[in-house]
Amino acid sequence: MSGRAESLYRTMARIRAFENAAEEASRGGVAAFGASLSQAQVRGPLHLSTGQEAVAAGVCIHLAKDDLITSTHRGHGHTLAKGASMQRMMGELFGRASGSNRGKGGSMHIADFSVGMLGANGVVAAGMPIAVGAAHAIKIRSEERIVVCFFGDGAVNRGPFLEALNWAKLHELRLLFVCEDNRWSATTPTGAMTAGEGPLARARAIGVPGVEVDGNDVFAVDSASSELISKIRSGKGPQFLHAVTYRFKGHVSVDPAHYRDGEEVSRALENDPLFFAATRISSSEAGRIQEEAESEVRLALKAASEAPWPAPEEAYRDIQDTGAGQWR
Amino acid sequence: MTYGQAACEAVRQAMRNDQQVVVLGEDLGRGGVFQQYKGLQQEFGAARVIDTPISEATIMGAAVGMALAGLKPVVEMRVVDFALCAMDEIVNQAAKARFMFGGQGRVPLVARLPIGMWAGSAAQHSQSLEAWFAHIPGLVVVAPATPQDNYSLLGAAIRCGDPVVYMEHKELWGMQAEVSPQDASLGKAKILREGKDVTLVTWSRMVHTALQTETSKSVEIIDLRTLWPWDRETVFSSVKKTGRLLVVHESVQAAGFGAEIAATVAEELNVPVRRLGAPRIPVGYSKTLEDEARITGERIAQALVS
Repeated sequence: MSGRAESLYRTMARIRAFENAAEEASRGGVAAFGASLSQAQVRGPLHLSTGQEAVAAGVCIHLAKDDLITSTHRGHGHTLAKGASMQRMMGELFGRASGSNRGKGGSMHIADFSVGMLGANGVVAAGMPIAVGAAHAIKIRSEERIVVCFFGDGAVNRGPFLEALNWAKLHELRLLFVCEDNRWSATTPTGAMTAGEGPLARARAIGVPGVEVDGNDVFAVDSASSELISKIRSGKGPQFLHAVTYRFKGHVSVDPAHYRDGEEVSRALENDPLFFAATRISSSEAGRIQEEAESEVRLALKAASEAPWPAPEEAYRDIQDTGAGQWR
Repeated sequence: MTYGQAACEAVRQAMRNDQQVVVLGEDLGRGGVFQQYKGLQQEFGAARVIDTPISEATIMGAAVGMALAGLKPVVEMRVVDFALCAMDEIVNQAAKARFMFGGQGRVPLVARLPIGMWAGSAAQHSQSLEAWFAHIPGLVVVAPATPQDNYSLLGAAIRCGDPVVYMEHKELWGMQAEVSPQDASLGKAKILREGKDVTLVTWSRMVHTALQTETSKSVEIIDLRTLWPWDRETVFSSVKKTGRLLVVHESVQAAGFGAEIAATVAEELNVPVRRLGAPRIPVGYSKTLEDEARITGERIAQALVS
């Protein structure tokens, strides 16, 4: 079992190291939450998944390369866990031609189709209908692979949440819904904005079964995902995982999140999913994995900062073939 | 063959030729509320002719997901007015995915969003919103005026590989004409009548209103057929000959697509241009109110001489 624990820890350590480096490189990258704009390697809003690593790692360990995922604006962790190259991801955050999206999407639209990662999304819940469509295509073509749809707790209050669950159940799609509940909708506690018994109760009301799990306990996420995903693979229809975690950082990297109760935050920091994940491996092994992750990030940062910018004419490519060239 | 049957034939041929073509929307199994899908589910089965819940956002969003996963979906929205429930999926997802993912995926889908006044159906079923979509990079916008074009252009839209907003007219479903199985190219206008005094550019049902307009002017009538990309070459060469331009559309004149054509022609050719579209009012239910929003032959004739 230690091989699996190491693998989960490695994924989480890589996400943590990536997020920390991205956060550092984004200082001054966006004018919001009182921060002003200055030179930064990573421009624009950067939504960090620091503290939420166990969800991405515990779910994606069950996926093959040709399984598909959709993600949210807070999608670096899912992308890394699905197998995307860290160098290409950092290149994308830096807006370079070497990026996974060739500098056209950035953090909010990061995607790597070569590993089945169909895109982060700048609109809350927008990945849900797309995941449904991908799963429906799989059904039409009688393929064996599955789709995992990651979304946040804020998404459960948008219409596409209900539409997507209903559709997935009607067609018994091979789809796992993962509500990665970090308890905050930007600067508003989601609980204060959500009536009823929560995401899982809403899913069950539509006939989509599932479980709630401590999303900071990677072994619990792993084991719950194992059960749900084997049901999906054996044709039992869509399943729902409600993973409760916590957003260590603000809504975006420049948001100091002063609106949160200090005690809530320090309790959450003590409950760091990486501490928990390290309990099943030796401390020397954990240290080695962390060092490897940090060294991989250093290489990714170096490669990204040395990579060329996209040529200006790239702004006119990959838009449409019909009428390409007619820009005005 | 009717305008609706022609579209049905186009989809049938596309589905026979390409296993990746699927259609999805409300009421398709019964043939669609305008019979524009009649017989398709019987021929291709419910797996490829998909009846959906009234979930516009997910109909469009699922089509995006299907397209990214390799299918070529044709999406039925019944009327453009309902597609407003799916604007994120059309504008932020379908139109942007190829670009923002750096060309990793494409979204070959056709969204059928019929436009136009639909007699007596009032403010939420009578809009012509083609300008909204022509404004969005990534989208192709097509508006067929005849049964032949509804056959040929729909086939071309399904084959083109880009997201296409395909805007049939709500009151043309029953229009009868001969239809032959010929292909057409997107982005090509058609000169329907030659003239020498003024060029009249229009599309969709207004094509027929323009053709029936009684006027003393010699009017060159152009059916634009595709709004984006629009056929500048045909329009420019006509205006160079006539020296004047009138654009006519059923949609609200203010910020309508006619403004775009008129401004481009004025910039490029420095000739007098005019627009004729509906006043900026919601379409009223009562006929006296509805008629205020309607572009008639008399109004076109007035615009031609004013």
